[in-house]
Amino acid sequence: MMKNYDGEIIRKLEIMAVKIRKKIIKMLYRAKSGHPGGSLSTVDAIVALYFLYMNHNPKNPNDSNRDRFILSKGHAAPALYATLAELGYFSHVELNNLRNMNCMLQGHPACLCTPGIEASTGSLGHGLSFANGVALAAKLDKKDYKTYVMLGDGETNEGQIWEAAAAASHYKLDNVTAFIDRNFLQIDGNTEKIMRLESIRDRWSSFGWNVIEIDGHDIKKILEALDEADGNYNSPTVIILNTIKGKGVSFMENNVDFHGVPPNEMEYNLAIEELDTLQKKLEASI
Amino acid sequence: MVNPRNAYGQKLVELGKKYSNLVVLDADLSKSTKTILFAKEFPDRFFEMGIAEANMISTAAGLASCGKIAFASTFAVFATGRVYDQIRMDVAYSKSNVKIFATHGGISVGKDGASHQMIEDIALMRVLPNMTVIAPSDAVQTGKIVELMVENDGPMYARIGRADAPIIYEENNLQNLKLGEGLIVEDGADITIIACGTMVDSALDAQKTLKSKGIDTRIVDMHTIKPIDKKLIIKCAKETGSIITAEEHSIIGGLGSAVAETLMDNNISIKFLRMGINDRFCESGDPKDLLEKYGLNQKHMVKNVINLIRN
Repeated sequence: MMKNYDGEIIRKLEIMAVKIRKKIIKMLYRAKSGHPGGSLSTVDAIVALYFLYMNHNPKNPNDSNRDRFILSKGHAAPALYATLAELGYFSHVELNNLRNMNCMLQGHPACLCTPGIEASTGSLGHGLSFANGVALAAKLDKKDYKTYVMLGDGETNEGQIWEAAAAASHYKLDNVTAFIDRNFLQIDGNTEKIMRLESIRDRWSSFGWNVIEIDGHDIKKILEALDEADGNYNSPTVIILNTIKGKGVSFMENNVDFHGVPPNEMEYNLAIEELDTLQKKLEASI
Repeated sequence: MVNPRNAYGQKLVELGKKYSNLVVLDADLSKSTKTILFAKEFPDRFFEMGIAEANMISTAAGLASCGKIAFASTFAVFATGRVYDQIRMDVAYSKSNVKIFATHGGISVGKDGASHQMIEDIALMRVLPNMTVIAPSDAVQTGKIVELMVENDGPMYARIGRADAPIIYEENNLQNLKLGEGLIVEDGADITIIACGTMVDSALDAQKTLKSKGIDTRIVDMHTIKPIDKKLIIKCAKETGSIITAEEHSIIGGLGSAVAETLMDNNISIKFLRMGINDRFCESGDPKDLLEKYGLNQKHMVKNVINLIRN
């Protein structure tokens, strides 16, 4: 059922996305290590899921009826950590200690270390299989929770992704929705030069998936795509998010040099300034 | 002679009735691993994953994250080496309640050759934090081990062989079996053979021959290789003075290594020998002939015991 998302709700989510981006920049600047580009490109989908779409409870992260989100591209952990902290899964103070010893926020998600983390990721290609397992359990237990998983576009080079894509379709896992963060960049360069992915649509649809392709930074479109996925039966859905690596910080956008390099002091100040300006502009428009 | 694989499949069916959260995954080998018995009885709780082992392991972890006890089965070679990274991340690092139950371990797989003769699995699994590693010795113990794997939470790896195996135990002998506690199957004072899996029965044969030669051999069934039963190893070292380990596995990283580490860590210097595959790949052939050629039968054990004691 398509819902009508009113402008103010969307605008608030957009403001939240900017806040999360600022937190990511701060975390990475403090940690002096981490992955800005692929964290920033996933933010809008993560915000749409956690702040509006998913059924989850920060006070009870293990509620057996919760919707699950699995960050298969584990290097985007800062985006998820900032979101979980904002929602109260753990204290904001933890964000200051990303990647620090004796602290809960590991460089890549670790389910035994951090409340709200469903799966330990960081070695690419596992998350969709894990999501399938969660979804099979839901079917077995006749529960109606949904499982969402975020894949990197480069991550789909991994063979296991296609084993999992086949299995999700074979088992008609309409309770699985995968996102592909289609930013066209992986560490060594353009995805089409490293190992061609196109046509992504055809690949997934030939595996029996319901394919939706949208602007991955348009929160309204993301929510509508989620509704469409929700109304799709007997096959899993993949939402191709056309995104910009480094989205929101001008000099990081489409710049593969910021895949795994944190901002220096000057870059940090510049990034925060840009995001502050954007936030004020959005707030003024409500 | 009973096939431990049948014992595994039958025990899964029995436990499936008691545990509604028990699920089983297989990768197109259910007829060989005998998970097909479970599949027939509980089709809803059996997941055929096709020839895609990596996906099987991570999917099992997803099921386990929702409260399922997830058994994943295939041949030992595919259940470990092929999916090491999936086991490392999704099972061991995440302390998932996934039970990897492998069949066709060791060289007694026979004619399929080195590609299918897994002799590194115990080493690969033993090095993973949080992982319990088990190699049952007969069909009765296999059944009991499956029960213990279901009853105890956490990541576990178990491997059995392909072939039929002589029965060593009666069920009531094993009522108190615990993971991590080895069994003295035959007591003796002159030397201890610490064996696991298929080598326990060979050791028992060797023990009889040695007895006729006046050597009193203690046989330990070290079904759990990790956590290793340090107490029992130290006790055997002190009481019998010599130890030979025997496993259908590389001499690197398996039971022999675990025993050697325990001895060294405890400053125990005794006569010691590891029997296993001597850091090489083997070949196709009849299981019996292979075990003879690569030094893993009762005849070799007898010879090694005599050499170790007399020299």
